[in-house]
Amino acid sequence: MDSAHVEEVKKSVRTYIIVFVALMALTVITVAISTLHLNVAAAVTVALIVAAIKGSLVAGFFMHLISERKLIYATLILTAVFFIFLMFLPVSTYLDSVVK
Amino acid sequence: MNIPYTATARPDTGLYNAKLGIWLFLASEVMLFGALFSSYVLLRVGAPSWPHGYEMMNIPLGTANTIILIGSSVTMVMSWASLMMKQFSKYKLYMGLTILLAVLFLVNKYFEYSAEFHHGRFPSTSTYFAIYYTLTGLHGLHILGGIIVNSYLWGPGAKMWKTDPQRFTNRVEVAGLYWHFVDLVWIFLFPTLYLL
Repeated sequence: MDSAHVEEVKKSVRTYIIVFVALMALTVITVAISTLHLNVAAAVTVALIVAAIKGSLVAGFFMHLISERKLIYATLILTAVFFIFLMFLPVSTYLDSVVK
Repeated sequence: MNIPYTATARPDTGLYNAKLGIWLFLASEVMLFGALFSSYVLLRVGAPSWPHGYEMMNIPLGTANTIILIGSSVTMVMSWASLMMKQFSKYKLYMGLTILLAVLFLVNKYFEYSAEFHHGRFPSTSTYFAIYYTLTGLHGLHILGGIIVNSYLWGPGAKMWKTDPQRFTNRVEVAGLYWHFVDLVWIFLFPTLYLL
C-alpha cells in the first residue's frame, strides 16, 4: 500500500473519533429531551430527527457512504423508495373510512 | 475454482463482489426491519392507549447499551483502518474490543429481559411488549450473528492476513458494514421503544 493511501486512512481515523464524540453527544441530548416529557407529536419528531442525524453519521462515515460507488447509491435509492412506501403503508388504514 | 473479484474490484461495478453482496443483503435487512417498524406504527396508532417507553423500560441500561454499541462501531471501523495501515496487532486489539462490547450488550439485554420476566411482562402481556420483544429479539439475534462472524475473523479466519491480506481486509470491511447496520438499527430502536 502506498504512503499516500496510509495518510488518507490516518486522516479518516481522526474523522471517526470526531463522529464518535458527536454520536455520544447526540445520545445524551436525545435522553435529556425525553426527560422533558413533551407531547407525543413533538417527542416523536425530535427523537426521529436526532436518530436520523445519528444514523446519517454512522452510514456516511463508518459505512463510507460519503464516498461510494454509483452502483451502491443506486441500490440504496431503490431501497429508500420501497422503505418509504413501507413506512406510509399504515396510512392506508384510513382509506377504509374514506371509501365508505 | 477461484471465486472472482474477492480482492480486486470488478471493472464494470468498480467494487469487489462481496461489497456489492453485503449491500444487497443490507437492502433486504432494511425491508425486514422496516416492515416491523411499520407494524409498530400501525399497532401504536391503532391502539386505544399506549404506554410511554420511559415508564416501562430501564433508561440507564438502554442508554448504556446505546453507548456500548456506538463504541463497538468505532472499534470495528478502527480494526479495518488498522489493517489498511498494515498494523495487524492493532487489528486484533480493536476487533477483540468489538467482540467484548457486543457480548456486554447481550449481557445487559439478558439482565433487562430477566427483570421484565420477573415483573411478569411477557410478549403476551400487551401489544407494546409483543412488538418490544419482537424488535429487540430480532436485533439481539443480529448481534449474536455479528459476534460469531467477528470471532471467526479475530481467531481462525485471521490466518488469511498472511496469505491474502487484501482479501482479508475486504472481509473485515464487509463484516464492519453489517455491524454498523446493526448499530444503526439500534439507534432507531432505542428512542422508539425506550424514550417515546
